[in-house]
Amino acid sequence: MKRRELVIVGGGPAGMAAALAARAAGVEDVLLLERDQHLGGILNQCIHPGFGLHHFKEELTGPEYADRFAALVHADPGIEVSLRSFVVKLGKDRELSYLRPGAMEDIQAGAVILATGCRERTREMIPIPGSRPAGVFPAGLAQKMVNMEGWIPGREAVIVGSGDIGLIMARRMALEGVAVKAVIEIQKTSRGLVRNVVQCLEDFGIPLRFQHRLTAIHGADRVEKVSVVRVDDDFKDIPGTAFEIACDTVLVSVGLIPENELLEMAGGAVDRRTNTPVADEVNLTSLPGVFACGNACKVYDLADSVTRDSELAGRMAAKYLGVPA
Amino acid sequence: MSYDVIIIGAGVTGAAAARELSRYRLKVLVLEKEAEPAFGVSKSNSGIVHAGTQNPPSSLKGWLCVEGNRMIREELAADLGLHFVQCGQLIAVFDLADLPELETIKAEGEALGVKDMRVVDRAWLDANEPNLGPEVKAALLVPTAGIISPYRFVYALIENAVKNGAELKTSAKVAGIRRREGGGFYVEAGGRVYTTKFLVNAAGLRADEISAMAGAPTFTITPRKGEEYLLDKKREHIANHIIFPLPSKTSKGILIIKTSDGNPMIGPTAHDTGDKDDLATTEEGLAEVLAGARRMMPSVSKGDIIAYFAGLRPVAGKDFIIRHESAAPGLVNAAGIQSPGLTAAPAIAVMIADILKKQGLPLEPKDQFHRLRQRTEHLFMSSPEEARRLIAKNPAYGDIVCRCELVSAQEVRDAVRHGATTLDGVKFRTRAQAGRCHGGFCTTRILKIMQEELGRPVTELTKRGPGSEIVKDERK
Ligand SMILES: Cc1cc2nc3c(=O)[nH]c(=O)nc-3n(C[C@H](O)[C@H](O)[C@H](O)COP(=O)(O)OP(=O)(O)OC[C@H]3O[C@@H](n4cnc5c(N)ncnc54)[C@H](O)[C@@H]3O)c2cc1C
Ligand SMILES: Cc1cc2nc3c(=O)[nH]c(=O)nc-3n(C[C@H](O)[C@H](O)[C@H](O)COP(=O)(O)OP(=O)(O)OC[C@H]3O[C@@H](n4cnc5c(N)ncnc54)[C@H](O)[C@@H]3O)c2cc1C
Repeated sequence: MKRRELVIVGGGPAGMAAALAARAAGVEDVLLLERDQHLGGILNQCIHPGFGLHHFKEELTGPEYADRFAALVHADPGIEVSLRSFVVKLGKDRELSYLRPGAMEDIQAGAVILATGCRERTREMIPIPGSRPAGVFPAGLAQKMVNMEGWIPGREAVIVGSGDIGLIMARRMALEGVAVKAVIEIQKTSRGLVRNVVQCLEDFGIPLRFQHRLTAIHGADRVEKVSVVRVDDDFKDIPGTAFEIACDTVLVSVGLIPENELLEMAGGAVDRRTNTPVADEVNLTSLPGVFACGNACKVYDLADSVTRDSELAGRMAAKYLGVPA
Repeated sequence: MSYDVIIIGAGVTGAAAARELSRYRLKVLVLEKEAEPAFGVSKSNSGIVHAGTQNPPSSLKGWLCVEGNRMIREELAADLGLHFVQCGQLIAVFDLADLPELETIKAEGEALGVKDMRVVDRAWLDANEPNLGPEVKAALLVPTAGIISPYRFVYALIENAVKNGAELKTSAKVAGIRRREGGGFYVEAGGRVYTTKFLVNAAGLRADEISAMAGAPTFTITPRKGEEYLLDKKREHIANHIIFPLPSKTSKGILIIKTSDGNPMIGPTAHDTGDKDDLATTEEGLAEVLAGARRMMPSVSKGDIIAYFAGLRPVAGKDFIIRHESAAPGLVNAAGIQSPGLTAAPAIAVMIADILKKQGLPLEPKDQFHRLRQRTEHLFMSSPEEARRLIAKNPAYGDIVCRCELVSAQEVRDAVRHGATTLDGVKFRTRAQAGRCHGGFCTTRILKIMQEELGRPVTELTKRGPGSEIVKDERK
């Protein structure tokens, strides 16, 4: 088994910041493993501005923000970047295996930083009953389709959830000529940033319905309509308030879940409700020498905060490795 | 086009019949209305290879189930390269006063030929099924029950039938059937007319309509809905057996089901519905399933659910209807194939062949029948050594597309090359999109591979056939 000093899993803003900070602290050998074909993580599909206001004191798009770090990472001879490399296994003594086209590699790491990001909560997790036609997408998937592939998923959309991703996608779809019929939110207020509520909905005349919930999705092959009802302060349906909205698309934006399946596999403690590592301090896990940062550690609103905390993770790993000696 | 036998429906019944008939020198055609096989009842069930218990000893479905179970266990799983796991089944009682009922089930099962059953006590359960709740007092252990992937079972049967010369036409809905003078039928499907000497009706929920079309309106089908809820693969080891509660008068009850792909499942409900297209899940169904499962295993939680679906059992009375219809000479019905139809299918197929023979169809064995089918490769089922060997053979097995279920680009390509034309077809064959993120990470990649393999624009790719397009427009 090959030995590597520090192995970082995930090449989004968290993994890149951790790699650079670990190097700055004196770690000589960093292996950065990224499943995708490029660095940047979720930022690559966030083509809207709003990144970097804290870290760079200027407003960048997601890809611009990511590219600044990617350039530094690629320029550093002490960081080996391995793309299309998917970590499938982690053991408690930091032995890990990854697959890449043409090979399965086994590595013994001195320290590991998990920077694997989040996945989206899905329709199935709320769960929304009804039929299961085409046209129901997690909002982040729709974002990837529109922004990275130029694929427009539908023509008339209803969005479930008013977090930032739901709001940003409402605007994105409207800009692509999709009729966004409503954003449905079960709470009394939006979890998203106020600027997003204003810029993404109000400016586009998209109705935001607080204290409403989707009770069913209808349609045999493709979505045809959704059923909606008003709820009271205890989230109970209010009789007589049910109505339907015709649409061919439902975007579900009901939160993110940290990806900590590797940590769980290694025997690390993971909170069953939030799927975050159980530990006393940010970036730590219950396993010595295994760290978690960025969205894998907790769900962040701002990429800038991910960068700040992940740099700390890089330094923590360096300290664990006894660097500088 | 003229055939000896046309089979209507490419579910497990039709696919098993096609494979059985492909042993003989016959021209066989399977007509399926959906875009791919296994898109009917056969895709949405519990995947249990039932042992045969809980059927009346005199019933047709009882002995066909026991024989189907034997065939899958002893021959078919190995011949067709299927992942069959003989995990065994437990029928649990919540009250020791119900023990005599377990003895009755055992005696009835033995009358049908089910072997090696025994009642196990709480100490045995504590050692072998540690997550059971305190309410469970004892159980009947039925070791011959097992699990299989229902759709991959259908795909394997139909692929093997086609390899042996049977023909399959998908997107071919039978719209009209006319009797031919001098015997046989004209069958109109997908804008073409086929002639055949014999017709096998394996049309699932629509079998009553097909039988009537052919001149034998002898039964009706009432769908009985079953909702099922799948749990995260992380909970793979909550149960070591398929666990049933003692059945009530109306249903087998809510089960905790191991699946051959790893995700445990809870369900199914059993409620009659008038609508053959009603595949909706309901809030009531979820509540019923959760309550039933938690009674046996309190640690099952709503948060573990990653997917759900509903299936409709095609019910025509209490038993299967497998017979030649004298009102329509040449028509063999395989109808009312409710549970345990998945298990019984191979035995039903043999019975269909027998009936056809009695009706005058000569069954002459082919010189060469290809009994074996090569196993399709699945990384998620491979040991590290096997994975290494696969990747060495073909680098694309190391190119991961679906990160939740560990599916490589090569497996997606293999699926399309084996006949998948839709996203669901790829999912059923490979498991890509079937995990906890529901395709959030991999859908775009799969669509791109399908575009390449099928040579079609993305706007023509569908979830499960025409009308279920995924992408409406492409930005110029
Ligand atoms: C839709 C959306 C809009 C947003 N908008 C804003 C905004 O306007 N402003 C702002 O400041 N922030 C925004 N954010 C937040 C910010 O983008 C995230 O917090 C940040 O990208 C998280 O970084 P990360 O590196 O932790 O995760 P990610 O960017 O998700 O990176 C994780 C990486 O790990 C890789 N990976 C995962 N598992 C493995 C494995 N087993 N092996 C190898 N690699 C693996 C993944 O491929 C991925 O590249 C937005 C986020 C989203 C989702
Ligand atoms: C919730 C649930 C759980 C179950 N669990 C189990 C289990 O654990 N074990 C078990 O053994 N059994 C189980 N079953 C039963 C099993 O699924 C069925 O018995 C079996 O799948 C029936 O297969 P089939 O081929 O007869 O029907 P189908 O799979 O429905 O096949 C019929 C085919 O005919 C096609 N068709 C219909 N009309 C036409 C037409 N006009 N032209 C062309 N094609 C047509 C349909 O599209 C369909 O593909 C379960 C069933 C349900 C609903």
